[in-house]
Amino acid sequence: MERFEPTIVAFVCNWCTYTAADLAGTARMIQSPNVRLVRMMCTGMVDPKYVLKALLGGADAVLISGCHPGDCHYINGNYKARRRVKLLKEILTGFGVDERRVKLTWVGASEGNEFAETVNELVEDIRELGPGETSRMMVI
Amino acid sequence: MATTVSLEVRDANPTKALREFLARLLTEGLAGGVLAGKHLSANGGPQGAVMPTLVTDPALLETTDPLAPSFPLNAARLVSRLTRGEGEGSLAAVLRPCEVRAFTELVKLNQGAMDNVILIGFDCYGAYPNADYPRFIASRAPDEATLAFLAAASKGLTDGEGYTLARACKACEHPAAGGADLNIGLFGVDTGQRLLITANTPRGEGLLNRLALSDTDPAHAQARESALEELIAARSEYRDTMFAETATATESLGKLGAYLSNCISCYNCRAACPVCYCKECVFLTDVFDHKPWQYMGWARKNGQLRMPTDTLFFHLTRLSHMSLSCVGCGQCSNACPNGVPVMELFRLVGDRTQRAFGYEAGRNAEEAPPLTVFREKEFAEVTGGTD
Repeated sequence: MERFEPTIVAFVCNWCTYTAADLAGTARMIQSPNVRLVRMMCTGMVDPKYVLKALLGGADAVLISGCHPGDCHYINGNYKARRRVKLLKEILTGFGVDERRVKLTWVGASEGNEFAETVNELVEDIRELGPGETSRMMVI
Repeated sequence: MATTVSLEVRDANPTKALREFLARLLTEGLAGGVLAGKHLSANGGPQGAVMPTLVTDPALLETTDPLAPSFPLNAARLVSRLTRGEGEGSLAAVLRPCEVRAFTELVKLNQGAMDNVILIGFDCYGAYPNADYPRFIASRAPDEATLAFLAAASKGLTDGEGYTLARACKACEHPAAGGADLNIGLFGVDTGQRLLITANTPRGEGLLNRLALSDTDPAHAQARESALEELIAARSEYRDTMFAETATATESLGKLGAYLSNCISCYNCRAACPVCYCKECVFLTDVFDHKPWQYMGWARKNGQLRMPTDTLFFHLTRLSHMSLSCVGCGQCSNACPNGVPVMELFRLVGDRTQRAFGYEAGRNAEEAPPLTVFREKEFAEVTGGTD
């Protein structure tokens, strides 16, 4: 049987995780190629709609990654993101979406290895979970 | 300790007593206007419309009937209009408990102000859906129908041929307006003799002092308390059954899709929602003006595409916007032309999300809405234990 390759959409902060992803790339770290990065100015501007649209559009998981608490370029955007992700998880898990399909992490600009690890772990987790429900159904 | 006074009822007509009370507020200059439900068609009429009406002339309070079991819309947004910005004189608004709670949410979201308004709530037995109310009132005179309703509802008999109390009301565990300045007590009260008025705020206390009404017999207040507790227990039970049924019916996204499959994207639920307050809803912007080739692409993905599209997306987005402020008034279901049980869904999710943030919509005006604040250390589980 063919191995399941999940599709993961990642919303990453320009000031930290995006730079870390860049670092992981230039340092030639081994990462699963399942993640599509969307560069945001801050996790605080990740509208819950973006996450919902990605999941309903067939993504198997969504990763949101920003600066460590206290390090936000805009002072507190990441704290706001954390509350929004909390809200999204509450809504989605009620409809049978596994909690692991929406992931929030903090990855600083210098943590290229951390980023590669996060991606690899998430891809393994989702591979284990299998395809998201929306990838197999007609979403109304 | 909240003060409770007794308002004498004559001719066994509590509606009339309430009208006289409201007239006193106007004539004694305690309020410049009264917003309350009023029968707009004489003798009930074929429509039997009871609409919130802003009355400044006490003589025109004649057909005002806030206790009528009609709930055409949640008036919280009307009060928001009447209190946002510079006002003129103070307003007394007679509202159902869910309207008081929705207005409290709107005030916290800067969509209205408490400064110049006296909120008068009342013990609410619930109301009929818009489609049922005309069948309930039939050809009866408005007062007669309302009095019959109060008498029957106090015995728990609200449903009849062609009309049943809205499910939202049957599942409402907040039947009294604890957040209003004044609450008119009906539960467990002999409404042919008296109404109880309880002041919940200093403004309410001041008002009662100026009206110099007589304190009530503590036994009457006690009887009301126990009737209230009994009603809350019955409604909570109904609510929990409703939650369990809805949770099973929507336990996967596929099932949620089936649950919402009758939705025609009219957005009436959003228009009727008191806490969905955006001037321009994103779902009406060109973000959702998809191009023909986009539809074709989506259809090709699974071989078919339901039109209209974005139904799940709309409802999930709305849930992320309003579930934390949902007061469970049920106007979404009231406004749905296709009978989609949206109230059941929104209430269930609202219960989950509000619980997650230790928040209760409309509980008090001081509690900040969860998405407007944050703490440095919280919800460590969201990021896998790191904060």
